Amino acid sequence: MSWFERFRKQRKPTKKEGSLTIPEGLWKKCPECRETFYRKELEENLYVCLSCNYHFPINVETRLSYLLDNYKELSAGIYPIDPLRFKDTKSYKERLREYQRKTGKPDAAVLVHGQMFDIEVICIILDYSFMGGSMGAVVGEKVTRGAEISLAMRVPFIAVSASGGARMQEGVISLMQMAKISCAIAKLKKAALPYISILTHPTTGGVTASFAMQGDILIAEPGALIGFAGPRVIQQTIKQELPEGFQKSEFLLEHGFLDIVVERSKLKDTIYTILTHLFKQDPPKC
Amino acid sequence: MMEEYFNKLDLLKEKIDRYKALGSSTGVDKELEKVRKEVIELYQKYRNKLSRWDRVILARYPNRPYTLDFVKAIFSDWVELHGDRFFADDPAIVAGIAKFKNRSVAIIGHQKGSNTKERVYRNFGQPRPEGYRKAVRIMQLAEKFNLPLITFIDTPGAYPGIGAEERGQAEAIARSLEVMALLRTPIVVVVTGEGGSGGALALSLGDKIFMLENAIYSVISPEGCAAILWRTQDKKEEAAENLHLTSYDLKKLGIIDDIIPEPPGGAHMYPEEVFLSVEKYIDKSLRELCEKRIETLIQQRGDRFRSIKFYKE
Ligand SMILES: [Zn+2]
Repeated sequence: MSWFERFRKQRKPTKKEGSLTIPEGLWKKCPECRETFYRKELEENLYVCLSCNYHFPINVETRLSYLLDNYKELSAGIYPIDPLRFKDTKSYKERLREYQRKTGKPDAAVLVHGQMFDIEVICIILDYSFMGGSMGAVVGEKVTRGAEISLAMRVPFIAVSASGGARMQEGVISLMQMAKISCAIAKLKKAALPYISILTHPTTGGVTASFAMQGDILIAEPGALIGFAGPRVIQQTIKQELPEGFQKSEFLLEHGFLDIVVERSKLKDTIYTILTHLFKQDPPKC
Repeated sequence: MMEEYFNKLDLLKEKIDRYKALGSSTGVDKELEKVRKEVIELYQKYRNKLSRWDRVILARYPNRPYTLDFVKAIFSDWVELHGDRFFADDPAIVAGIAKFKNRSVAIIGHQKGSNTKERVYRNFGQPRPEGYRKAVRIMQLAEKFNLPLITFIDTPGAYPGIGAEERGQAEAIARSLEVMALLRTPIVVVVTGEGGSGGALALSLGDKIFMLENAIYSVISPEGCAAILWRTQDKKEEAAENLHLTSYDLKKLGIIDDIIPEPPGGAHMYPEEVFLSVEKYIDKSLRELCEKRIETLIQQRGDRFRSIKFYKE
């Protein structure tokens, strides 16, 4: 191969070329297999790659439409503050404003009361597009309220996680959310109300190490990255390559840390079936 | 500038140790008294200049007392218990039963090593899932046999490794939190050194939470925070400032009950004084907590974390 051919092969298409062939919004590229699809085509397939089954992250409204038949948002007016006046290369306040503008949401979680077929549920959905779904005081409060409202209304609780973990900009306050949530979840579980935790791509850090792993039933979408430490941190610590498929849903299932890995298209039916088994059963008469 | 302070402290500490090795006598006591005056003088000169990063240095000071030092000094009849009954024993967490005054108690704490060999053996105080599962086993033992639980917190964080992930690090921490939330026995938590993220919190969901004056408690290490947000570890001091991770910060935020004062220079200068203070705080807490009905205790434990609200509505 001549140097010129080699050069041509390695040359990455420029931004301009990319934008010519893939107009923003109309097409979507799968980050896993690199194939490109019509957005419409993907949407009809619930944003699951038609060639490799990669489950794209989806926004909260889309997620809710896949899970519930109708819903009403609860505690929509909780807004984050900047208790530590945190400032790295940008101030936390500024970052919050940016994400609020971008997503149209106050923070990274939406709490709803809704209906799944004929079962009433409380459901919390984390929004990865808002600061990586990170958990600060607002997310912590909404998850806690979710568990409390479930308990008060005596209905099942469903959490759908997608999070990089605790929100550093709220320091130890974000860490304390894990304790606060755990207290509420423990009470909910003691009252024998079903708590189903759905882990989606990616769920790591303090979210995994609290409510995401505290479900009576743990379900993940295929191929989701799930762990305590992120793969980069582990790699830097042990200075070794990570095994193939490490920290993916199927890996966790194999190691005994998930009940089921379920395709997005079957998620609602699976949760519903589980709830019909667990919810409102009379004590066995033997 | 602060390096000079720490160096001077080290020299004075060496002096103290040399005199102490001689055994008690009028001459030695007089010399120790002189050194103490120097320590106090030095401390008073620098105490207001200690930055948050300096507290991080103190919290990690190599000869700072560790959990087993507290156990040896404050408790008697200590029996260490090992293993999670599933996979292994994790030396990064120690657990067992002992006597405190006239009462039997359960103790769980992170354990760092005091020399290179022990540090490696203890994995620098970074637990694996087995450590948390052992802890949960001892918590449930405490509940069953009516033993109040005391935990000592000192870890850089839970270990980020392949095996730890394979065996469910996140699940182990999540379960520990869930068990502590409703554990039917009083829980006193003392953060003695590094309160490193979820790996520290996993043993810290208690009824009373104290921090030694120079201890830190944070969602992430300043180095980790700097690497992610500033993209360079060089900004660790700035990260520490922003994270608000000192005992004074946590007291101000209302997250801990009290700060346990340290002797001039820090816990490592006069550990026996720290042991005495910690003993006093545990004693006072247990007296107070053991008076309460267990349902009230658990309700108040939940309420304490419930009341951590930093948002607007
Ligand atoms: Zn694909």
